[in-house]
Amino acid sequence: MEKQNVSLRGKDILALKDFSAEEIRLVLDTAKEMKQIIHRDIKKVPTLRGKSIVTLFYEPSTRTRTSFELAGKYLGADVVNITSGTSSIVKGESLRDTLYTVSAMGVDAIVMRSKAEGAAEYASRVVDPVIINAGDGAHAHPSQGLLNLFTIEEHKGHLAGLKVAIIGDVLHSRVARSDMYAMRTMGMEVHIAGPKTLLPRFLYEEPGIIVHERIEDAIKDADVIEVLRIQLERMKGGLFPTTREYARIFGLNPERLKLAKDDVLVLHPGPMNKGWEISPFVAYSDNSAIQEEVQNGVAVRMALFTLVLTGGKAE
Amino acid sequence: MKLLLKGGRVINPETKFDQVADVLIEDGKVAAIGENLTADGAEVYDASGKVVTPGLIDMHVHFREPGQEAKEDFLSGSSAAVAGGYTTVCTMPNARPAVDDAETVRSLKKRAEDVGKCHIEIIGAVTKNREGKELAELGDMIEAGAVAFSDDGNFDPKAKVLLSAFDYLHTFDKVIINHDEEPSLVEDGVMNEGHNSAMLGMKGRPRVAEDIAVARDILLAEYAGARVHVAHMSTCGATDLVRMAKRKGIRVTAEATPQHMTMTDDCVKLFDSSTKINPPLREKKDNEALIEGLKDGTIDAIVTDHSPHAQEDKDKEYPFAPSGFPGLETAVGVLLTDLVEPGKVDLPTIIEKMTLGPAKILGLDRGRLAEGARADVTVIDPKLVWTVDDKKFYTRGSHSPFVGRELHGKPVLTIVDGKVVMKDGKVY
Repeated sequence: MEKQNVSLRGKDILALKDFSAEEIRLVLDTAKEMKQIIHRDIKKVPTLRGKSIVTLFYEPSTRTRTSFELAGKYLGADVVNITSGTSSIVKGESLRDTLYTVSAMGVDAIVMRSKAEGAAEYASRVVDPVIINAGDGAHAHPSQGLLNLFTIEEHKGHLAGLKVAIIGDVLHSRVARSDMYAMRTMGMEVHIAGPKTLLPRFLYEEPGIIVHERIEDAIKDADVIEVLRIQLERMKGGLFPTTREYARIFGLNPERLKLAKDDVLVLHPGPMNKGWEISPFVAYSDNSAIQEEVQNGVAVRMALFTLVLTGGKAE
Repeated sequence: MKLLLKGGRVINPETKFDQVADVLIEDGKVAAIGENLTADGAEVYDASGKVVTPGLIDMHVHFREPGQEAKEDFLSGSSAAVAGGYTTVCTMPNARPAVDDAETVRSLKKRAEDVGKCHIEIIGAVTKNREGKELAELGDMIEAGAVAFSDDGNFDPKAKVLLSAFDYLHTFDKVIINHDEEPSLVEDGVMNEGHNSAMLGMKGRPRVAEDIAVARDILLAEYAGARVHVAHMSTCGATDLVRMAKRKGIRVTAEATPQHMTMTDDCVKLFDSSTKINPPLREKKDNEALIEGLKDGTIDAIVTDHSPHAQEDKDKEYPFAPSGFPGLETAVGVLLTDLVEPGKVDLPTIIEKMTLGPAKILGLDRGRLAEGARADVTVIDPKLVWTVDDKKFYTRGSHSPFVGRELHGKPVLTIVDGKVVMKDGKVY
């Protein structure tokens, strides 16, 4: 790949819909180098020394916020965390004013999570620091999509031509909306399945996305299965009868897993509802890369920071 | 005071009059229309190359009085109206508190007289506090001057209450204007439900929510022998329903906005909150259906649904922003640029829907340009090229999705009761 021709320097990371195959390739290759650093005894390089990063989270998060924070710290940046419960946001400060305040302190990048779709786009229009979207409502979660690709490529050696099934609560999933675009861009065959109530009604109009109602149809001969979390907290009820029935008809259990290829890779963005969308026997099986994804997440976020803040590689 | 408009293309939808003529205005009335008119001492306005029409009427605006004057008030709103060529506007009752009694109607009529740049007519709430439960004092409000009734903003009243309102208003021959969206289907949806909402992850407001609401209103109006008016119709399905109902002789009328006829939910992809409106921007087939409805008479009126919000209210993340934007100052430009110029709709049809159409629905003796008529007159320069700049708006609302657009055509003279209230964009 001609990395020279592609640069993410100064680019806001808002949604993978905006990413070309070359840009995704650049992130994945850079993340591979970053993963070495995580395995070192002393996990600290000076790449981003003197850079400051703020994480601004309007929604609870364990893995994503910590992952971004550690990624910044391993690269030598100063990282400050702002969460909605412990900031002026509880005093009713608008997003615009919070962004002004944060950027006035001279930060280089803002990692943002919000309940509101488009919040990161909004931020990118309002302030100068690079905006990295860490999840905006049900819209996009680009770093999660990238780490899924990274994990898949690590296991399969390539991406193009692989059959992937994304199953479950697609309606509320920013992860699914990130994966779909990125996987299609990288030449994967994307199948989607879930109860019809949890599939966006007009998803079938999207080119290159194959929609099924039975998960069996999607996972047959799949190389990769990504199971999505049922996001009960975003539902007002009535979208499926019971979690018991969901698990029985739509959950990924060992019997259904047999429909996929023997070496199928199982992913889940976490946190899991074990026993609902995924059986623990699948989640902890040899096919599962769910724990690896967490480590890869740090590597991918290190790559993103490095690429947007320096344009180049880590030392 | 005499004013002679010389040599404009004069359009009077009532008589299908459409030719170059002079218009003489005297003592607040149209004194004469004809060729080569002269009048001693009259101020002469050269209208050649321009279009002279009855004063425009917008039967659906939100001027936010009382209670939300930071968004708009009668002065800023009516200034925006005359800047946009309107001589009559009708304000919706979803103020704080709701306009649901005669006292409030009277006080607003007084405000209109005191500060209004144009005629401001008051639409009262159908139900107390717009809650959809108990009928407001409709008869009292009519005596105080209310021209129609609506719980706009909510899909209220409930069917049984609406039926009562239909029956009760039958005596007074006033129309009910309904915002048609079945609440259980739209919930907290923020945009049209379609391919774009699927990919953006935002909650949708499906077309069918509007369609079944319109169907309900039509069936109830038929049952009661009542009149109902569909507010800001946005779907192809609702347009079909209204067309069928009219063929059956049911007394239903409908309005559409420039935005619903010309814009689609593709604009939402940029997450610009100015495109957030209720009902939402739909898709191309809906644009086309509405335009067809405009041409075949299914749609009777063009309205702006002028819904200004304060900067701090509307400047939010898309799902958190309130719905609506100010449309009075851009309507003519958008309609001429996007519908007339490409040949989709002819100019006289557009003018009819902005003058006589709404006047008939409301029973107002306006919207005509004829000798003896009240001298509410608008002059439009159809060739004027201008760029929409919200800093130049008279409305207090900002955040119009048309900001930055180059439009062709703009009102250049607005006359209310024979008096010039706007000339070349400046409000007097």
